Amino acid sequence: MSDQILWFASRGSGIVSLVLSTAVVCLGILTVVRWQRPGWPRFLTVALHRRVALLSIVFLAIHIVTAILDPYTSLGVLAALVPLASSYRPVAVALGVISVDLTLAVIVSSLLRERIGHRVWRAVHWLAYGAWPMALLHGLTAGTDAFAPWMLAIEGACVLAVGAVLVWRVDAGRPRRAGLSSVVAAASILQPGRPGREPR
Amino acid sequence: MTARILAGPPSAAGAESFPDHRRRLGPMPPIAERREVIGLLAASGLLGRGGAGFPVARKWSTVAERGAGAAVVLANGAEGEPLSAKDRTLMATRPHLVLDGAELAADAVGADRIVLYVGAEHAAARAALALALTERSGSAERAAGAHVPISLVAAPPTYVAGEESAAVHFVNDRDGRPTETSPRPFERGVDGRATLVQNVESLAHAALIARRGDAWYREAGEGPTRGTALVTVGTGASRGVTEIAIGTTVAELAARTGAPPDARAVLLGGYFGGWLAAGEAWALMLDPAAMREAGSAFGCGVVSFLDPAACGVETTARIIDYMAGQSAAQCGPCVFGLRAIADATARIAGGAAHADDLERVMRWSSQLAGRGACRHPDGAVGLMQSALRVFADEFAAHQRSRTCPVARSQGRAA
Amino acid sequence: MADPSETKAIAVDRIRCDGYGMCAELLPELIELDDWGYPIVDGSAVPDELLDHARRAVAACPVLALRLRHAPRATMGCQAGARVPVSRS
Repeated sequence: MSDQILWFASRGSGIVSLVLSTAVVCLGILTVVRWQRPGWPRFLTVALHRRVALLSIVFLAIHIVTAILDPYTSLGVLAALVPLASSYRPVAVALGVISVDLTLAVIVSSLLRERIGHRVWRAVHWLAYGAWPMALLHGLTAGTDAFAPWMLAIEGACVLAVGAVLVWRVDAGRPRRAGLSSVVAAASILQPGRPGREPR
Repeated sequence: MTARILAGPPSAAGAESFPDHRRRLGPMPPIAERREVIGLLAASGLLGRGGAGFPVARKWSTVAERGAGAAVVLANGAEGEPLSAKDRTLMATRPHLVLDGAELAADAVGADRIVLYVGAEHAAARAALALALTERSGSAERAAGAHVPISLVAAPPTYVAGEESAAVHFVNDRDGRPTETSPRPFERGVDGRATLVQNVESLAHAALIARRGDAWYREAGEGPTRGTALVTVGTGASRGVTEIAIGTTVAELAARTGAPPDARAVLLGGYFGGWLAAGEAWALMLDPAAMREAGSAFGCGVVSFLDPAACGVETTARIIDYMAGQSAAQCGPCVFGLRAIADATARIAGGAAHADDLERVMRWSSQLAGRGACRHPDGAVGLMQSALRVFADEFAAHQRSRTCPVARSQGRAA
Repeated sequence: MADPSETKAIAVDRIRCDGYGMCAELLPELIELDDWGYPIVDGSAVPDELLDHARRAVAACPVLALRLRHAPRATMGCQAGARVPVSRS
């Protein structure tokens, strides 16, 4: 009976963790594209991004602990910490381990953001683009319900969400700061045929 | 002309050679006396000639305190201000006076390195300094003792390259853009060391004060600020460099240099300065204190008369367009704000203003100062606001009725 | 209670600022946005009752362009519109 509980808890918390991470990635990208609506200010996007990230760690921790304790998988602590040390689906578990490591790096660096400075923080934050797909793949390969219809629907929705927001992101282009020199270089309307730049 | 730093052979003769320089001025005072020079400079009241007008003695003593014997002297000859020609003229004709000043500064602040930062486009100045350096290194007296190494660096030909943090940034990283305001060069500059960034004209004056004393320096001058200064005077495209006794009035300078007596406005201090109407300017003493009180500034000593046939609005539009194009493109307010002001002013000047262009130019100009990492936008809107005041009628006419009063009064189409 | 000599003012790293505008949303009393979305900051001392909001605004900036620096109690006033001497040598 208790085995079942651990198994359900592990799967359940894993799924919740994936959904929350997907939300975190989407919110992070929406922060950069400066998304806002009347009634949804920009600071809300970044605040949610940070808080949901911290929330997702809670579920991540539950997922890892219950997975280790679950006698069915006989994962030892080592397997949860060292990639490929697991005897149960080693590659699949390894994807999860690496994803957690990357996630921890991103979160710890964000908590220490003011101390490490923006440039270092930003470099580490890019690891998130590695952590999320690995978590998704871990779910597809390590999870026992990966191909159940309802699970496929969840995984599909996660991929769609991140994909859609990414398209937006690529379309929005470089940070505004990177585009400043082209504004300066644009000739003024004193030169015939070259339009000036109007404010919003 | 009150010739002191420009005393000696005429500028047409080119760079003064080391032997001629020595023969005319004698050697620099011995090292023991040179350490006392900061006191001399303080007594003389010498102000910096790069535009800010900061007391030279105070700058040197600050760097001396922080330098701990390993400071750097950066002689600033970038002169990115298009209307100013005094620094390049000084460097091209009196390179040894500038080098004397740089070495004097190095002794006084405890520097072990001198960098000559000269605009890449000032070919004659760079050639003169390079030649002067070889003349000195070949001299017997240099062989006798240890001397501070001097290097010549070509500054990028941009407007902001002469800003002190930009100068340090370029020498360190070959990037001539201003950096965030702190730490300042006197705290951490070239190679991370306390750096004295000093205009070349200031160094030249210091070199003479070291020889002749503060009382001699203070003999010249007509007003509260003493001494002489180089100014670039001109009308429209033609300009010349002359040395004046500080306190000379604009009218006296105009008479001396043949500027049009019917000029309606004068641009003082360069693109970084501001316009004054002829009525307010004519009797104004070219003295930093007097000019500050009149709401103007001595700046880098540019006195540019508006050609009577030229339109103040058009002239201003061209200047602001230049300033917008010279932004280092690091800060949004400067990039977007100056470009918008420039485009709107150009439309106004061309008689094609949108309904709220003038009102927007006034609003944007009042919002831009202090919102960039450097003072480039401050200077540009300072000029813009002075133009809006001095040429208020012309701006209104251009905006409202799309006509140019100047053109009309000359019988030209607007 | 805050030590009178410990008053803070908001400072912006103008080069790092990228016009996200969250600061103005969180501290509209002291920060407003210009026509291009960049902040116009009141650089004088932050009133005590706004200090928490100011800290939130500083923490919210995605590029860490804001910080709270020490300011003397006698307000330094807003820089907008003041002619500041050029910082060349």
